[in-house]
Amino acid sequence: MTTVGDLAQAPPAFSTEGLSCYYGEKPAFLDVDLEVATGEITALIGPSGCGKTSFLNTLNRLTDLIAGCRVEGRIRLFGRDLHGLDVNPVELRRQVGMIFQRPSPFPLSIRRNLELPLREHGVKDRQERESRLEQALREVGLWREVKDRLSAPALDLSGGQQQRLCIARALVLRPEVILFDEPCSALDPLSSGVVEDLIASFRGRYTVVIVTHNLAQARRIADTTAFFWMVDGVGRLIEHAKTEILFQNPRNPLTRSYVDGARG
Amino acid sequence: MFPSRGDRLLLPGLRTAALLTGGVVVLLLAFLIVEAWPGLRAVGLTRFFTDPSWHPAGEEGTFNLAPMLVGTLAAAAGALAFSSPLALGSALFCHYFAGQAQATLYRRLIEVLAGVPSVVYGFWGLVVLVPLIRRLEPPGASLFAGILVLTIMILPTLMLSADAAFAAIPEDYFKAAAALGLSRPAVIAHVVLPASRGGLATGLMLSTGRAVGETMAVLMVCGNVVQTPDSLFDPIRTLTANIALEMAYALGDHRAALFVSGLVLMGLVIALVLAAATVVREPA
Amino acid sequence: MNGANLYASGFGRTRGDVLLSGAVYAAVAAVVGLSGWLLYDLLSHGLGPLSMTFLTAEVEASGRAGGIAPILLSTLLILTVCLLSAVPLGLASAIWLSEYADLSRGLGRAVHHSLDVLAGVPSIVFGLFGNAFFCVYLGLGFSILSGGLTLACMVLPIFIREAEEGLRAVPQSYRLSAAALGFSQTRTLFSILLPAALPGILVGLVLGVGRALAETAALIFTSGYVTRTPESLLDSGRSLSIHIYDLSMNVPGGEANAYASALVLVALLVVINTTASWASARFGLVRRAI
Repeated sequence: MTTVGDLAQAPPAFSTEGLSCYYGEKPAFLDVDLEVATGEITALIGPSGCGKTSFLNTLNRLTDLIAGCRVEGRIRLFGRDLHGLDVNPVELRRQVGMIFQRPSPFPLSIRRNLELPLREHGVKDRQERESRLEQALREVGLWREVKDRLSAPALDLSGGQQQRLCIARALVLRPEVILFDEPCSALDPLSSGVVEDLIASFRGRYTVVIVTHNLAQARRIADTTAFFWMVDGVGRLIEHAKTEILFQNPRNPLTRSYVDGARG
Repeated sequence: MFPSRGDRLLLPGLRTAALLTGGVVVLLLAFLIVEAWPGLRAVGLTRFFTDPSWHPAGEEGTFNLAPMLVGTLAAAAGALAFSSPLALGSALFCHYFAGQAQATLYRRLIEVLAGVPSVVYGFWGLVVLVPLIRRLEPPGASLFAGILVLTIMILPTLMLSADAAFAAIPEDYFKAAAALGLSRPAVIAHVVLPASRGGLATGLMLSTGRAVGETMAVLMVCGNVVQTPDSLFDPIRTLTANIALEMAYALGDHRAALFVSGLVLMGLVIALVLAAATVVREPA
Repeated sequence: MNGANLYASGFGRTRGDVLLSGAVYAAVAAVVGLSGWLLYDLLSHGLGPLSMTFLTAEVEASGRAGGIAPILLSTLLILTVCLLSAVPLGLASAIWLSEYADLSRGLGRAVHHSLDVLAGVPSIVFGLFGNAFFCVYLGLGFSILSGGLTLACMVLPIFIREAEEGLRAVPQSYRLSAAALGFSQTRTLFSILLPAALPGILVGLVLGVGRALAETAALIFTSGYVTRTPESLLDSGRSLSIHIYDLSMNVPGGEANAYASALVLVALLVVINTTASWASARFGLVRRAI
C-alpha cells in the first residue's frame, strides 16, 4: 500500500480524461477531467441529477451493469486504463470498494456478510478470514458491539451499525480506494457523525471519493472538493480545488453562488 | 345526517355473503365427516392402515388405504424432485441470464403450460409417455409415468412462485454484491437463494398440495393397481384415483371408506396450507 | 499491493459461472423441449379431425364418430350455473373483505383462512362433497345444476382473491374524496369503487372460467357422463374435459376425437388466459387515465 510518506511523488489514484456517461442517448455528464490524489479524501458536491453518482459508478465500472449505460473517454487507476481489454472487473471491484446511500447488508448473519467476499476472492484459510474479519470490524468500531453475536442476522443491526458493517465488508478485501455515495444521508444525526468520523480517519490509509449533499460535511472531511453543476441539462465538472479554496475563494461564480447557498 | 336506506342494508348484506363463502369449507368438512362416520365406526380408524388389503366391496370388506397413501406420496415426492431443479433453473434464467424479451417469451410459455388442464396432461401421458415407458420396462402405466406427468404439471406453480420471490429481492443487494466483485454463482448461492427462501418454500408447499390432490393425470397414467410399489416402473393407485374409480359403484361402508380417504387428503392439504402460511409470516 | 493486481487474466467468467450457466440452460432446454413436444403433439394430431362439423355435430358411437355439439352446450350450461352463483356471492364477499373487514382478527380472519383452505382442497374432494351435498342431500341428482354449483365452490376462492386485489388497488384518495363529497357508502361503492376495481374483478372472472373449464374430477360424480343434448338444468351433461377422459380411457378407437377435443379445450383456455392478461393491461390503462 502507498504510505503517507511518499504521497507527494505518488501517481494519482484516479485520473479521468474527457469522461462522459450516457443513459441511452441522454448524457448524464460530459467531458470530465479529474484527478483523485492517492491517500486523500475527495468530495463530489453539487445539486441532484448533475451526474455525481454516475461519475462515481464509472470509477469501479458499476456502470457495466446498468442496461443502456455507455461510458466514453478514459479512466486510469494508478496509471492503467480501466477499460483496457485485460481488466478483470471482478478484481477491479476488490481493489475499489463502494458504500451506498442506503445500508445494504445481505440478509445473512453478520459473520457471513464479511466472509462472503473473502471466500469469493479466494481467501481459503479460515484463520486468515477470522483475523481479517476482526480487523475490519475493529477498524469501523463495531467489534465491541457485535463480537458476541456474530451469527445474528445483519438486518437486526441499527441503520448506523449496518452502514458501518457495509464499510467493514468493503475493508476485509483490503481495497486501495473506497467510493462513498452519500453514506450518511439515510442515517440519523448521531450515526451520521460516527460514520463521518470513520471516513475522516481513513485519510492517508485509503484513497476516498465521497459524494455528499452536505456541504458542511465536505468542508469538514475533504482534502479537495469537486463541484458538479447542470449546464444545459447535462452534468459538468465546474471546478475542482483544495477544499478551503473552493469554499472560500472559488474561481467560478457558479461555485461561489452554490457554496454560499444562493442556489441548489 | 342519517345513513341512507341503501347503506343500512349494505353492510349486513355483504357480511352475510362473506359468512356464506366462509361457510363453504365448514359445510364441505361437515359433509365429508358425516359421510365418513359410518365407515369410521364400523371399520375403525386403525384398520384403514392395518387391514391385509383393499377389498372394500361385500360383507367382509378389507380397507387398507396405506398402499395408496404411499403411492400418492411417492408420486408427489418424485414430481417435486424432478420439477424443483427445472423450475429453479427456469426462474434463475428469467432473472439473471436471459434478456428482457427472452424472459417475457419464456414466461408466456410457462403460462401456457399452467393453462393446460390436467385431463389433457393425463391424455398426453397416456398416449405418448406410457407407450415409451412400456418399451423401456413394461407395463408402462406406472409410478414413473405419474411422476413425469406431475413434474410438468407442477412446474408452472413452482417456477412462477420462484419468479415472484426473485422479483421481490431488493435491487440494493445486487449493487452491493457487484461492488464487492461477487461473481454470478456467488450472488445466486449466497444472496438470491437465502433472500427468497420464504417464497421458494411457499411455492414448494403449494405444488406439493397440487401434486397430492391431482386426480385425472395420475388416474390416466399410473395403472391403478393397489400395491406398494417396489420400483419406479410398478403400477400404483393414488388415493385420488381410487375415489374417482370406485365412487360410481361404492355403497355402504365402501362409500364411507372413500369419504375417509377424502378426509385424509383434506388433512394433508390443510397441513400444507397452514405450513405455507407460517412460512409467509416468518420474516425472510 | 499495487494496481497491477487488477489485470488478472480472464474476464469475470469464473469456472463456477460456466457450470451454473450450463445447468440453467439445460433446465430451460428441458422445459422448452417438453412443452414444445406436448403442444406440437396436440396440434399435429388434433387439427386433423377438427372441423366446423366436428363442433356442430351430435356425438356418435360413444364419441368415436360425430362431433361434440352437445358436449359444448353442456359445458356452457355448467359454466353459466357456476358463474351465476359464484360471481354475486364472491363479489359481495370480496367487497366486505377488502372494504369493511379486519383481516387480522375475528370473522375477517376466519373467512380469509377458510378461503385459503378452500383454494387448496383437491378437486376430487369437491367431487365427493358435491355428490353428497348437491346430488344426494339436496336431491338434484347427477345434473348440470349439481356440477355447476360444485364448480362454483371451487371457483369462489380464486375469484374472491382477484376481486379483492382489484379493490385494494383502488387509491385511498378516491374513497376520501367520495366521503368528502358526502356520497353514501352504497353510491361510493357502485359509482366509484366497483368501476375502478373492474380490471381485478374481470381478471378474477376470467381465471375462474379457466379453472372451471379445466376441471374434470369434480364433475365426474356431480354432472355425470351423459352425451345427449341436455333439455333442462336437471339433466345430466358431459363437460368437454370429461369427454376427453372418457374417450381416452373407456372408448377404444376414441383417440383421434380425444385429440381434437383436447385441442379445442386447450385453445379455449389459451384464449381465456390471454384475455385475462389483455384485460388487466387494457383496463389498467383506462384506470390510469381517470
